Amino acid sequence: MDKKLFCLAAIFDKVDDITKAAKKVAESEYKFFDVHTPYPVHGLSQKMKLKPSTLGYIALILGLSGAALALLLMYYTKTLNYPQNIGGKPTFALPAFIPITFEVTVLLASVGTVLAMLFIYFKFPNNSHPLHGTEYMDKVSLDKFGLIIEAKDPQFDEFKVKEFLGSLNPEVIMPIYYDPEDLNFKAEIFHPKFMLLLGVVIVLTAGISYILLNKWKQIPPRNWMWEQPRLNVQSSSSFFSDGFGMRTPVPGTVSRGNFPYVYSGLPDTMAKNLINPVLMNEYHLKKGKEHYNTFCSPCHGYFGKGDSRLNNQFPNPPSLHSDKLRNWTDGQIYHVITVGQNIMPSYASQLEPIERWQIVNYIRALQRALNAREEDLNE
Amino acid sequence: MSNTDYTLEYSKKPLPGKVFTIGIILTVIGIALLAIAYSVDYVRASFNIILLFSFVASISLCSIFLIALEYLAGAVWSVPFRRITEFLASLVLILPILALPVLLDLHTPFHWTHLEAIESDPILAGKRPYLNETFFVVRFIVIFILMSLFYWIFTSRSQKQDLSKDQKFTTQNIKFSAIFMLFFAVSMTIIALDWLMSLEPHWYSTIFGVYYFSGSVLAALAVVTLFSVILNEAGYLPKGITEDHYYSLGALMFAFSNFWAYIAFSQFMLIWYANLPEETFWYIQRGEGSWLYVSIGLIFVRFIIPYALLVSQTSKKNPRRLKFVSIWVLAAHFYDLYWLIAPNYSKDNAIFGWIELGVIILATGLIIVVFNLAAKNRNLIPIGDPKLKRAMEFRL
Repeated sequence: MDKKLFCLAAIFDKVDDITKAAKKVAESEYKFFDVHTPYPVHGLSQKMKLKPSTLGYIALILGLSGAALALLLMYYTKTLNYPQNIGGKPTFALPAFIPITFEVTVLLASVGTVLAMLFIYFKFPNNSHPLHGTEYMDKVSLDKFGLIIEAKDPQFDEFKVKEFLGSLNPEVIMPIYYDPEDLNFKAEIFHPKFMLLLGVVIVLTAGISYILLNKWKQIPPRNWMWEQPRLNVQSSSSFFSDGFGMRTPVPGTVSRGNFPYVYSGLPDTMAKNLINPVLMNEYHLKKGKEHYNTFCSPCHGYFGKGDSRLNNQFPNPPSLHSDKLRNWTDGQIYHVITVGQNIMPSYASQLEPIERWQIVNYIRALQRALNAREEDLNE
Repeated sequence: MSNTDYTLEYSKKPLPGKVFTIGIILTVIGIALLAIAYSVDYVRASFNIILLFSFVASISLCSIFLIALEYLAGAVWSVPFRRITEFLASLVLILPILALPVLLDLHTPFHWTHLEAIESDPILAGKRPYLNETFFVVRFIVIFILMSLFYWIFTSRSQKQDLSKDQKFTTQNIKFSAIFMLFFAVSMTIIALDWLMSLEPHWYSTIFGVYYFSGSVLAALAVVTLFSVILNEAGYLPKGITEDHYYSLGALMFAFSNFWAYIAFSQFMLIWYANLPEETFWYIQRGEGSWLYVSIGLIFVRFIIPYALLVSQTSKKNPRRLKFVSIWVLAAHFYDLYWLIAPNYSKDNAIFGWIELGVIILATGLIIVVFNLAAKNRNLIPIGDPKLKRAMEFRL
C-alpha cells in the first residue's frame, strides 16, 4: 500500500449525535482524535475533555500590554518629553487618553491573538493539513458534523477503530489518506521566491508611500507650507504705498516683555532708585558670568580690573574695583550698562533687562572677591 | 435539532401567597415611610418621589422595550421569559399614581417653575416654551397613554395566542413593535429630560436620554433575569430551560453594562474636553464634598464590579452568580439615579437616610405586588407562541 493512512473519519447528521459521540471517544482509549463542526458548538470542548485553551491568556496578556503601551507612549510624549498646554488640560489628561488606550488594547489583543493562533496552533508557515481538500472537509464545513481518530494514535488498529466508530451510529465512515505531495512538502519561511516577493512588496509599499507623500501631495496647487507667498524682512514691497516691506509699529507701541527704560538721559542719581529684582544666587551668578565674559570682558577684563584683552588698541576702561564703583548702587551700574558712559556704548539692544541685572550681580561678586571681609573666611 | 421530539409539559402553578404578602407588607411600610417623610422633610420627600418614579418607570418602559426587541429581532431563546417581562411591563399602569405627588406640586423639586426666578434669568425664559407646567403634564399623560396602549397591544395578543396558538398574533406584534420603537425612543428621552435633567434646568447634555435608557434596559434585564432564575429554580417554569438560556441573559446584561459605561464615559469626556462652564458645573457639583466619593464609586458599582462578575463564560451560566449580579445591578441602577437626583437637593454632601431606604422598600414591594397581580390568572410562559418549542430546545 503506497498510500499512508492519516485517520478514520465518521460523519454525523445531528449536533446531539456528535456531542454524544465526542463524549464516548473521549472516554475511550484513543487520545488522538478531533471533531469538526460547521459552527461553534458550545460545550463540545468540555465533552471532548480538552484542556481549556491557552489563547485566552495570550489575549489577556496582549490586551494588558496594549493598554500599558498606549498609556506609556502618551505619558512619555505628552507628559515627559514634549508637554503642551492644550486647552488648560493637565499634561497627563487621562479622560482624553482612554479612547486611544481602548483602541490599542483591542487592536493588540485581536491581531496578536490571531497571529498567536496561526503560529502556535496552525504551525505557521506550514499551511497544509491532510484534511484539506477532502470530501470530508467539504461536508463538515457545510451541514455535517465529523469526528476523526488519527492513525498515529498508539492504540490505533484499523479494524478495531472501524468497529468502534460503527458503534457510534454515524452516517458514513471513511478513511482519509495523506496526499503524497503534502508528505514531501516542507514549508520554508526563507524560500527564495517568498523572500523575493517580500522584497518586492516592501519596495512597492515604500515607493508608493514616498511618491504619495512627497511628490503627489506637492503637485500644485498643493505645496509645502514654507512655499506660501510672504514678504522677507528688509525687502521692498509693491503692496504698500511707501514701498517698504517691513512695517513700522504704531507710535507708542510697547513690545511684550520689554518695558521702556525711563531713566535714560536722566542723571545717574535718579537710577539710584532702581531696585535689583534678581536674587543673588548660583543660577543668576552663573548666567551673569556668561554674559559678563561675552559682553564686558573684552574691555573690562575677566576680573573687572580694566586689563583689556584688546591690548591698548582701545582706551582701557577704569577698574571696577575702585571705591567709587563699590559704593554705587546696583541701579547705577545697571544704568551704565543700559545707556552707556563716555566711550562705552549702550548694551540695551544686546542684553535683556534680566541679563543686565545678572551681570550687575556678577560684578558685585567680583568686587567682593577682591575685597573680602573678615566674616567671609568663616565659610 | 433533537432526536426526541420535545413535548411541553406545563401546568399552571399559582405563585406562593407568602411572596404576595411580603410584597404587600413592603409596599405598606414604604408608603408609610414616604408619608412620614412628607410631613417631616417635604422637599427631600418630593425629590425621593422622583427617584421612585424614575426607578419604576425605567423598569416598566424598558420591559416593554425588551418585549418589542424580542419580536423585532426574531429572538428565539428569550421566548420562555417573555411572560415575565410582560408582567413587569404592567408596572407602567401604576406610573400615574407614582407621578401624582410630583405633578400636584411641581414647584418644590423643579426650579424652572419659579416664575420670579425666570424673570431675571434669560436662559430659563428661553426654555419656557418647553419647560412649563402645562406642557410637562401633557407630555407625561401622552407618554403614559402611548406606552399603556402598546403594553395592552402586546400583552393582549400574547394572551390570546395562549388559547388559539395562532401565528398571526406574532406577525401583528412584530409590526406594532416597529412602530413602538419610534415612540419608545422619543418617550424615554422625554422622561429622562423632564424628570431628571430638568432638575438642573440650566444644564443640558444631548446624550442624556441615551444615558438613562442604557441604565434602564440593564435594570429591566436584571429584574427579568432575577425572576426567571428564581421561578425556574423553584420549578414554576417548565423543564428545558438550560444554562444556555442563562448564558444569553447574562451576556445581555454584560453587554448593556458595557454600553452604559460607554455612554456615561462619552458624556463625561465630551463635557470634560469642551470645558464649557455651562456644562461642567453639573460634574463639578458632583465632585464636591462627599459627592466626589459617590461619583468615583459609581464607576466601580455600575461598571467595573458587574464587568468582573460577568466576564467569564462560566459565571454567565451560574444561576447563583446571575441572581447576585441581578440584585447588584438593580442596586447600581438605584445608585445611579440617586447620583443624578440627590445632588440637586443636598448640594454639599451626600445624604442617605430612612427616606431613601423607604424608596427602595416601596419600589421592591411594588414590583413584587404588581408582578403577582399580573401573574395571577395567566400562564408564566407564552404556551401558544409558535417559537416556544424551538426556544426550549435552544442551544448556543
